[in-house]
Amino acid sequence: MRQVDRDTCMHCSACVGTCPFDAITLFDMHIVFNEKCVDCSMCDRVCPVGAITPIPGTERMKPKIRATT
Amino acid sequence: MDRVDYEVLVVGAGPGGSCAARAAAKAGLKTLMVEKRQEIGTPVRCGEGIATAWLNDIGVKPEGDWIANEVDGARIFSPNEQYLTLDASQAGNETGFVVERDLFDKFLAREAIKEGADVWIKTNALGLIHENGKPVGVTARRLNKDIEIRAPIIIAADGFESRVGLWAGIKTQLKPSDIEACLQYRLVGVDCDKRYNDFYVGSNHAPGGYLWVFPKGEGEANVGIGVSLAKSPGLATAKVWLDKWIKRHPGYAKGKSIEDVAGAVSVSQPLKRTVANGVMLVGDAARLVDPLTGGGVANACVSGVFAGEVAKAAWDAQDFSERFLQLYEKKWRDALEEQLLRNYLAKETLGRLTDEQLDKIVDALQSVRIEKVTTLEILRAVQAKYPEIVKEFEALLAG
Repeated sequence: MRQVDRDTCMHCSACVGTCPFDAITLFDMHIVFNEKCVDCSMCDRVCPVGAITPIPGTERMKPKIRATT
Repeated sequence: MDRVDYEVLVVGAGPGGSCAARAAAKAGLKTLMVEKRQEIGTPVRCGEGIATAWLNDIGVKPEGDWIANEVDGARIFSPNEQYLTLDASQAGNETGFVVERDLFDKFLAREAIKEGADVWIKTNALGLIHENGKPVGVTARRLNKDIEIRAPIIIAADGFESRVGLWAGIKTQLKPSDIEACLQYRLVGVDCDKRYNDFYVGSNHAPGGYLWVFPKGEGEANVGIGVSLAKSPGLATAKVWLDKWIKRHPGYAKGKSIEDVAGAVSVSQPLKRTVANGVMLVGDAARLVDPLTGGGVANACVSGVFAGEVAKAAWDAQDFSERFLQLYEKKWRDALEEQLLRNYLAKETLGRLTDEQLDKIVDALQSVRIEKVTTLEILRAVQAKYPEIVKEFEALLAG
């Protein structure tokens, strides 16, 4: 699972459009992850300000996105 | 759930959405445009440098409060910061504007409203409503209420983060090498030359992308960066690269930011399919961003107008099927596809060049005067001095 640092986040939706699994939604000023997240970490990589990080100890072992890169 | 009925629904009130809504309303269709944000045009997610020639194509006069600065040309800086100046006459007399995107987006929304379109802000589309397997509208959250918005034609102008296309079964996902993470500061009190838009290329400036300085006026500029997801080493973010560049450039390091802009942009080939039953994707949602420059506004507007016009044709024919809406797909492909594919190839080729090769190219071009900047002219000039580099561009030369 991922977490968003709300003080750093600029609500730009870069993660929303990058997520290959439709797992992220922007509601007004906050980013919400849904159960479709597989911890592929694309959102960490695209976030221009580095606001998204894994929640330690919760990452799934499913780097599915590798297959499409 | 409350329900409203329209003839056309446009999701997203960026330039593409407003141009679509304007065209549909002008054609006499009952049109609603919804926008999830509380204010059209903000937060800005754009470098704000645009070309000007296409404005005429969408019937917009180049005047108004949304123009911040008119530039004479562009300067391309190599990794070692030698630069090449391209003036308007070399680019087919095409000058450029640095705009105020928040004002430009509001201007276009006003144009849509003047033609009779309804606009709802703070309205978030949540999903498509299907009937008999076909989309007939969207459910949306407006203020604290869910509402059904029914429309046989839905124009998805929902930008980089497009959801509507996915919901309609269109594959909109991008690969990392086709995504640029972007960050920009609007810096006040800098030493910029307001006559030129500057572009810095190379892996020391912006891996897999470029850094830009677009002057908003005297002493004020958008300084921003796009970094490829596939090329930025480690987990370095766009912010890390932008801050590093600014620190190295004292003329900019002394500036103060009055606006920070974040976002991402697709630098991909256009989608293979941009229509579904009752649905048309325009602009960034259809991945119509120019993959070489990352500019999306012009193609969004042009495709938006096409979508609005095809909505009218669909109503006249009473046919909202994917097959009929392929008319929209044909229109934008005829107008835009060739250049998008060529520039995708150019982007991929440039991405393979080393910093040393980029330095040589700029060096070769500095010593000759190119009358008209075309890919071929550039390649010939480089070939004269560094023939080995041109080998990389064989595919472009053949095309």
